Amino acid sequence: MSKASALMGARSDGATMVEEMGLRGMITVKGDLSDIDLKNAVTGTSGLDFPAQRQISTVEERALAWMAPDELLLLCPHDEADQMVATISRHLAGQFATVINVSDARAMFRVSGPDAREVLAKLAPVDLHPDSFGPGEMRRTRLAQVAAAIWQSDDDEFLVVCFRSVAQYVFDILSLSAQDGSDVGYF
Amino acid sequence: MLILECPYCGVTADETELAAGGEAHLKRFGPGSSDEEFEGYLFHRQNPKGVHFERWRHANGCGKWFHAARCTASLEVFATYTAQIAEPPAEVIAAIRAKRPDWSPE
Amino acid sequence: MSTRLSSGGRLVNRSATCEFTFNGKRFTGFEGDTLASALLANGQTLMGRSFKYHRPRGVVASGAEEPNALMGIGKDGKFEPNQRATTAELFDGMQATTQNHWPSLELDVGAVNSALPRFLPAGFYYKTFMFPRPFWKHVFEPVIRKSAGLGKAPKDRDVDRYEHFYAFVDVLIVGGGIAGLQAALTAGASGARVLLVEQTAAWGGRAAVDGVEIDGQAAGEWINNTIQELKNMSNVRIRTRAMGAGVYDHGYSLVYERLTDHAPETGGPRHRLWRVRATQIITATGAIERPLSFAGNDIPGVMLASAVRDYVVNWGVSPGDRTVVVTNNDDAYRTALALLDAGLSVPAIIDARADVTGDLPQALRARGVDIRTGTGIATVKGGKTVAGVSVCAQAGEGAATDEIACDVVAMSGGWSPVVHLWSHCGGKLIWDEDHAHFRPDPDRAPVTHDGTAFVRTAGAAHGTMSTLDVLDSAAKSAIAAVEAAGFKATQHDLPLTNDVVEAPMSPVWMMPQGAGPAKRMKMWLDYQNDVKVSDVMLAAQEGYESVEHTKRYTTLGMATDQGKLSNINGLATLAIALNEDIPQVGTTTFRPPYTPISMGSIAGEARHDVFQPIRRTPIHEWHEAHGAYMEPVGQWRRPYCYPRNGESHDDAVAREVLATRQSLGLLDASTLGKIIVKGPDAAKFLDMLYTNMMSSLKPGKCRYGLMCNENGFLMDDGVVVRLDDETFLVHTTSGGAEHTHGHMEDWLQCEWWDWKVHTVNVTEQWAQIAVVGPNARKLLEKLGADFDLSAEGLPFMGWSEGKLGGFDARVFRISFSGELSYEIAVPASQGRVFWDALHAEGAEFNATAYGTEALHIMRAEKGFIMIGDETDGTVIPQDLGLGWAISKKKEDYLGKRAQERSHMTDPKRWKLVGLETLDGSVLPDGSYAVADGTNANGQGNTQGRVTSTYHSPTLGKGIAMGLVLNGPDRMGETIQFNKVDGSTVATKIVNPVFYDPEGEKQNV
Ligand SMILES: [Zn+2]
Repeated sequence: MSKASALMGARSDGATMVEEMGLRGMITVKGDLSDIDLKNAVTGTSGLDFPAQRQISTVEERALAWMAPDELLLLCPHDEADQMVATISRHLAGQFATVINVSDARAMFRVSGPDAREVLAKLAPVDLHPDSFGPGEMRRTRLAQVAAAIWQSDDDEFLVVCFRSVAQYVFDILSLSAQDGSDVGYF
Repeated sequence: MLILECPYCGVTADETELAAGGEAHLKRFGPGSSDEEFEGYLFHRQNPKGVHFERWRHANGCGKWFHAARCTASLEVFATYTAQIAEPPAEVIAAIRAKRPDWSPE
Repeated sequence: MSTRLSSGGRLVNRSATCEFTFNGKRFTGFEGDTLASALLANGQTLMGRSFKYHRPRGVVASGAEEPNALMGIGKDGKFEPNQRATTAELFDGMQATTQNHWPSLELDVGAVNSALPRFLPAGFYYKTFMFPRPFWKHVFEPVIRKSAGLGKAPKDRDVDRYEHFYAFVDVLIVGGGIAGLQAALTAGASGARVLLVEQTAAWGGRAAVDGVEIDGQAAGEWINNTIQELKNMSNVRIRTRAMGAGVYDHGYSLVYERLTDHAPETGGPRHRLWRVRATQIITATGAIERPLSFAGNDIPGVMLASAVRDYVVNWGVSPGDRTVVVTNNDDAYRTALALLDAGLSVPAIIDARADVTGDLPQALRARGVDIRTGTGIATVKGGKTVAGVSVCAQAGEGAATDEIACDVVAMSGGWSPVVHLWSHCGGKLIWDEDHAHFRPDPDRAPVTHDGTAFVRTAGAAHGTMSTLDVLDSAAKSAIAAVEAAGFKATQHDLPLTNDVVEAPMSPVWMMPQGAGPAKRMKMWLDYQNDVKVSDVMLAAQEGYESVEHTKRYTTLGMATDQGKLSNINGLATLAIALNEDIPQVGTTTFRPPYTPISMGSIAGEARHDVFQPIRRTPIHEWHEAHGAYMEPVGQWRRPYCYPRNGESHDDAVAREVLATRQSLGLLDASTLGKIIVKGPDAAKFLDMLYTNMMSSLKPGKCRYGLMCNENGFLMDDGVVVRLDDETFLVHTTSGGAEHTHGHMEDWLQCEWWDWKVHTVNVTEQWAQIAVVGPNARKLLEKLGADFDLSAEGLPFMGWSEGKLGGFDARVFRISFSGELSYEIAVPASQGRVFWDALHAEGAEFNATAYGTEALHIMRAEKGFIMIGDETDGTVIPQDLGLGWAISKKKEDYLGKRAQERSHMTDPKRWKLVGLETLDGSVLPDGSYAVADGTNANGQGNTQGRVTSTYHSPTLGKGIAMGLVLNGPDRMGETIQFNKVDGSTVATKIVNPVFYDPEGEKQNV
């Protein structure tokens, strides 16, 4: 069966580009992040390093992000998510931990191009100066009027995760902020 | 437009990432409590000009509730600290006393 | 007459002309002109009408403090009123119009007010229009509204784009004069992240106009070199056309950047509002020259002395041929020098001081200018232009000694530091006797989150006037700022400057000192709001002792002025009238923004489609494609109904209800909140959250529950599903998910933090579709499932999961309509395809998509409550006959104690009943049941109110629910409900379950 992401890969072109990235597996893991079993279950299943506070570790399509003192977000290919949930849940059976597939509750965007950093700085009340915000940090914040998580994935590339229902809104405000001729020249 | 440091994720958060939750350290009174106790719990608030303990949630962030000790007049923030505590910890009291020697907890 | 000089003008490019229109007349200016300088260059000195008296007004200033020359600029979707001609940069094609006059600028009927000033004194409106009361609404207000306000609001939608930008800096420096530049140099050298902003298009402030030299370089050269140096610093950012608009708590500040106002045909955003968080802020905002209060000081041609020399030096414009300078200080002599250097005539300098000894006056004496010491202006001659001045002794009452013909009066009452930004966030001021102005008190600076000072001042904004002191204060403030921000400062050597010796100024609050009432009525303090010396004195006489009260009573310093020109003169006048010292009287509050900023910049990107987030379900596009009429439910948009081929909404709703009841309806219920509650203590937690018992719910089963807040009031409801021993799925109302999730987290994090419970909001993970009607099971069977769909295998209030027609489905057998009904959740990515499949396979059953109105009607037919209809934040479950859903066994749940309060157990609380009009009509929404007698306010008593009311297509009549006094005990009784037209409608109290009271249809 064909599965649909929120915006079916919509993109806006320009020097700085905004693209909806299609479906991505996303798993919320809640529990005691200092617990060795939990760490092993998550890192063992995903093959990713365990992130420190507000960090994200990435290997290709997979990433593991610290979301809160008791919460992780595991990203993976969409069709791997159910299996990952099952595997991690099995490792944590009997423990106070919650592993849930939230892939379809989200939308994911790539903002890339010379002004990608500025595009986000028009919308998020976060110090995005390169000295303050660089690769490896996962920042939960707001973009204009909705909650979002952002991180830097490459030199001129940032990724954005938001709720699926507001995907159109987030795409629109990112595209608006990325319009040619609106560069700030700040960073 | 305050900034408060979230003790859970370490972010120095802009007020627009936060949601205010009113006075902190209220003691809950449930069934079996007297009318006076319940009235105090439900309705009576301090509203001081000066040192105040407040609840804040890092709503557009890690989602955690935390406490802040703050001066309502100058907006000086003495400390932010965990929500999992029934009264301000000693080091928070000390931090306030260092800045406001005349103040004492009730 | 004002004109363009044959040479000069450091800011204009004489090789680039700009055509523009002024009230339709065609004029020509140069690139680099402001609208004001270009108008003066074209001989146009009349630029507006005053607010109250419609007095003819010319330009007074040359910058942001201009009170008179406010214009509408642009047209259609680019029109904006109330723009200051002195800060509007000229561009080719500009269209400017004056405002506040009728029929024309030259001939204004409203000017009759001016002939009758005695009838419009301070507080006139308050005094005159109080009585008779009804006249206010019907007579006075409409007339006043018509004549009030300056510019006209634009008629067309703004076609421009706006945006915000968040910047985090160590040091924000506001003001790009030599003080700001020096501060940026010093701060930048420390490595700190510095942002320097300047409100105009040009760097350097007044220094070049005033002939400043620094280290042997002319000001212009020093400024250019400094800008180059700053541009080379990677940690420094500098922006022109960017005004520091406001300073707020904890270093938050707004910078208003005007990107295309000077070039409206360029693409990109028009304005950008910088939302800056600065560790430290330096205000290098300069100073504003004060007018002098003499009779006729508002006649076009009377200008600030500094503005006169700005027009000459910056724009090569002569405001007039013959300029009389009137002053109480040495600085104004610079204007006389500039005029002489430009070949213009200065017939006299009228100096209120008895002794005039500074270097500058000496220089003018040497050039043969007539300097009249100890004198003042008795009155200005002229109407729409200055014709001359009569001179008198400053110490006297104004007897004129002689007259001097002139067409410009250049006045200077001294300088006031721009303290606005310093004051916005609580910085205090001290009175400086030497300069007769308020300046920032460094010992009482605004404080930031750690209690330390975060705003510092530099240059004239600091109260320093000589070039050396300006640069010194800037460097010192910058060093203090970077050190406070954690950087190491490099010491700065003081430069060499060309300061001259200036003699002290002498405060002059009225000219002449002993002017009588007739003269005071012609001395303007606030040009924009038409407040005169006589008004402030009258206010004092009438008992207005507080400067804040006087401000409101007289309108002094209101509107765009915000105390820029009028402040000090006004409160000095008040102090004199009250016989107090100026510092005792104090100042009014300076509020942001410094000068008005556009509404568009405040909105930023939040306009049109993205004014607010619209939440869409995975099936949203289908709804739109099928003509759904959408309604907001929180931020969601849900189909209200799906009108077909010109159907009315009512007809569509009726069709949807009947199709569902008769065969099969499909509802997109994806907006329902879905929260996973999991952990060893999950059941215990839900027992606290819900009024009924949830711990006894068996896995595989669903239960309807009510959630109250600690006040006892009903907050949310929904079906709780037990997925396994430790895991529950909580359904909330649409739009209630975030609030309910927050409520759960609040109690878990802040009260019961040792309970082992996790919550995860999975609302959007699932598309949820209600399959409703007698043929619902048949459709599911047709799709095919790998689990038992039979009445026994999946009974009412049970749930199952597995593959349904190839979809990953969770099927809840619950009903909000009273029909056989399934709510089916599939992952959101499969939602749309699943919805399509249900329609395709359901076609043989006339599967009909229905909207929220059909949903509401069907639930009302069944007597089911709706949060937000039957509840309004004051209703408890007991009011709604939901006692069955309140556990008697539980010791505690949220709201239980509150529901024991005397008011909550009062038998007189209105209770839920069904309502049926005797004539079958639909009761009006919000209607009240009338009772005998009247209350203490003479209003009719009531005994109930309607909470939901519909036409039932199923029953073919109006049905309603409402809360009625003793309602459940009055079944069958007829009472009267009021209607909008004042009549009442007889209505019978009935059981709220109108349809299938035995519940047979849902349980098959
Ligand atoms: Zn946080």
